[in-house]
Amino acid sequence: MSTDLYAVTVLGHDRPGIIAATTAGLAELGLNIEDSTMTLLRGHFAMMLLCRGAADGAAIERALAPLAADGDLDVAVRPVADEPAPAAGGTSWVLTVHGGDRSGIVSAVIAEVAAVGGNITDLTTRLSGDLYLLVAELALPVGADVDAVATAIRTAAERVGVTATLRPAEADEL
Amino acid sequence: MSSERVAAWTEAELGVPGRVLEVVRAPEGVLSARGADVDPTAADIVQLAADLVATMRVSPGCVGLAANQVGVGVRMFCVDVVEHPKTRTHHGTFVLCNAEVVESSRNEKAREGCMSVPDFTGDVKRASRLTVRGQLPGTGETVSFATDAFEARALQHEIDHTDGFLFLDRVAGAHAIYPRQTYL
Repeated sequence: MSTDLYAVTVLGHDRPGIIAATTAGLAELGLNIEDSTMTLLRGHFAMMLLCRGAADGAAIERALAPLAADGDLDVAVRPVADEPAPAAGGTSWVLTVHGGDRSGIVSAVIAEVAAVGGNITDLTTRLSGDLYLLVAELALPVGADVDAVATAIRTAAERVGVTATLRPAEADEL
Repeated sequence: MSSERVAAWTEAELGVPGRVLEVVRAPEGVLSARGADVDPTAADIVQLAADLVATMRVSPGCVGLAANQVGVGVRMFCVDVVEHPKTRTHHGTFVLCNAEVVESSRNEKAREGCMSVPDFTGDVKRASRLTVRGQLPGTGETVSFATDAFEARALQHEIDHTDGFLFLDRVAGAHAIYPRQTYL
């Protein structure tokens, strides 16, 4: 029996019942929902979930087709490979960037993370009035010069007129 | 005892009526710059102290206000957490100049808001046991006192303001920011 992994994305106009309908369709096919995330992006419904089971992609698409029948939701299904677990090592950080909105803030700041081989592991951006806000969680590789990265990020932020704060991601081991 | 002195302090000591000032919002630059140290006995600083208290008083749910938040880049703020349900120890209404954290321990995470960031709240980990040092406006006395729980959180939030940091700079992660629904 196949235990393929599928990525299901649902995007579009928000209304009550989207998650209920999506998960009911998947449950009827015996699919198990693994990791998922859902949020509203300026009011737009945005969900991505990974599900695993014996159904094939075409069957999943047929099961979820009623969701898209009104034409205001896009539903996509595609098979994905299992990813290896992230390698141990490195350090975890939280980055906040905020300031007046303009184009290029995210790219200017995140480029400095990429330049040292850092990896963004979670990202939220929000625009409210003139305030642009970015909060990212990131992993820096073993041996990265964190002070230098923080300075590079702050300098890049200043160039686009915003402020940046990099701090360790704290986890209390109990 | 400094703690008793701070608890006994009221804005009446300032001897000037406070004026209600406009609260500025991010991304105003004054909120992201460290304020200048102040002379707590200077007449303009005494007036600003009264203004901060007056502005806090008329702002629903406001438990603290820093000078940066009324557009003045100096290191001063007021606090009053007396009515808040999460308060344990408190020192009534007070204003501190040039304040700094002396000791902190027992971090706890809680959701914060800010009048200068009206559209978001965020989860911030802060010390729940705190000792701070600062100067009282008017007399310029240096006071040092310990507090806990919500007053400790409010003090750290306000001291952050004086250093040019918002709670946004302290949030716990990418999913620790929330569209605003109610005030802190």
